[in-house]
Amino acid sequence: MTWLPDAAVERLRDVADWPAPTSDRYEILEPLARGGMGTVYVARDRHLDRRVALKVLSATATEAGAARMREEAQILARLEHPGIVPVYDVGLLDDGRVFYVMKLVDGARLDRHVVDRPLVERLRLFTRICDPVAFAHARGVIHRDLKPENVMVGSFGEVLVMDWGVAQVQEISDFRFQISDFHSVVGTRGYMAPEQARGEPVDARADVYALGGILHFLLTGAPPDEGALRGPRTLRAICQKARAGAAADRYPDVLPLAADVDRFLAGEPTVASPDTPLERVTRFARKHRAAIVLVAAYLVLRVVIAWLAP
Amino acid sequence: MDVPATRYSIVAAVRSGDAEVRRTGLDALVAVYWKPVYKYLRVKWRLSGDDASDTTQEFFARAIEKSFFVAFDPAKGRFRTFLRTCLDRFAANERKAAARLKRGGGQSIVPLDFETAEGELRQHDVAAPADVDEYFHREWIRSLLALAVDDLRVEYARLGKTIQFRAFERYDLDAPASGADVTYADIARELGVSAADVTNYLSGARKTFRRFLLARLESVCGGRAEFEAEARELLRGGFR
Repeated sequence: MTWLPDAAVERLRDVADWPAPTSDRYEILEPLARGGMGTVYVARDRHLDRRVALKVLSATATEAGAARMREEAQILARLEHPGIVPVYDVGLLDDGRVFYVMKLVDGARLDRHVVDRPLVERLRLFTRICDPVAFAHARGVIHRDLKPENVMVGSFGEVLVMDWGVAQVQEISDFRFQISDFHSVVGTRGYMAPEQARGEPVDARADVYALGGILHFLLTGAPPDEGALRGPRTLRAICQKARAGAAADRYPDVLPLAADVDRFLAGEPTVASPDTPLERVTRFARKHRAAIVLVAAYLVLRVVIAWLAP
Repeated sequence: MDVPATRYSIVAAVRSGDAEVRRTGLDALVAVYWKPVYKYLRVKWRLSGDDASDTTQEFFARAIEKSFFVAFDPAKGRFRTFLRTCLDRFAANERKAAARLKRGGGQSIVPLDFETAEGELRQHDVAAPADVDEYFHREWIRSLLALAVDDLRVEYARLGKTIQFRAFERYDLDAPASGADVTYADIARELGVSAADVTNYLSGARKTFRRFLLARLESVCGGRAEFEAEARELLRGGFR
């Protein structure tokens, strides 16, 4: 048997998984991220002379895995939205593995980006994460694995929702796929809705639950299963409503959730936390402060005049 | 995928009613495991070279005779962990049975080259690895890779692809081992071919190498799920 020193062992482990596209269009530069289904590499597109991200199916993936990867590329290609990473190409490696090419996002993962950012900025980012998710829902696509690690914030502040590898496509009119693992349990603990964890059919409210988890993270800096919920009472109520155990108790979709966070930012009453009578008075007073001051000043003046009058 | 369509797991092999299937499965197992087992006995159990080679032979002979791999349950863990547990138990029993005498001394199931293994041990200086579990795992990986390299050499010799194998050997085995900064152009000059040829040779050889590696790995796994998990660790997409 050949004797392999450590350096050769390391090299062979690397080369055994190094992708070789069938065309010479893409030059693989370095590994970027690794997931359950495959590995994402930074590559150079020689035709267009630009850097791209190339996602390669794992060498041990089954036929179902290969089909799933093609579906992921097709789903992404149909979700044309500034908040969803665009797909440029799909191809085969020389060993028959599927790969697809997408935009290389220059930025940071949400969980790293938000460290030390003010609350208002974090909340604005949150509502921008909701946009592409709501867009996907309108096209019948449920992400099913939303979490801070799957959101990228670009260098110009653009928000991109990534990793649609376990997305579920619901049958609607002209947009239909046969998904092999339609009801299988996928997702991430802490962010996964209870019905999803039980392997039951899910709808948009499963993503609402996961977005509630992201909001929890943005408020506390920790995943929902690793820390108590903290922050302003209204935001806690929004988070709790999004993460209600029963889907029926959650926001019916992403837009009402985003709208509630927008209302909080605008100082308006929210659906999740309606005002108490005292809060209603306080909010009224704050909103009409100038008029109240004027009326009060007028009344004081009248009293003074009446007192001074002979 | 680029793995042979008909595969046998070690579980299926050891439980097979067909003696030939059992034999093939166990041969595959011995090929991958004998060196890690021998080195593990030398390093963890501090056996002498002679005792370690006797115990290695006896361990596999006894495993086949008594069919103790049949007890492996894929639901409870990986086969390599199970095998190491069996090995530890076996080595402990052997130690207790102080009167080893000549029992099994000359019993040999397959010709195993213990001298080479001993030479590797000396070369590698692993007198006291900090973590013997990790050491066993690492030697197991080394053994799998080395077998796949041998498979590739044999296959390429059969196909008359000596130059192609030489390119692979120079670039992916010799260069990292020596730490030399070898380029495709260097190898092209050495072999009297173009740099583009070297690119093609390496691409083809690596693809075939991966096929052999995965086939070797699958032959010693307890099932598809274990194979996939092991392969993910083994092939890590360039990640350290």
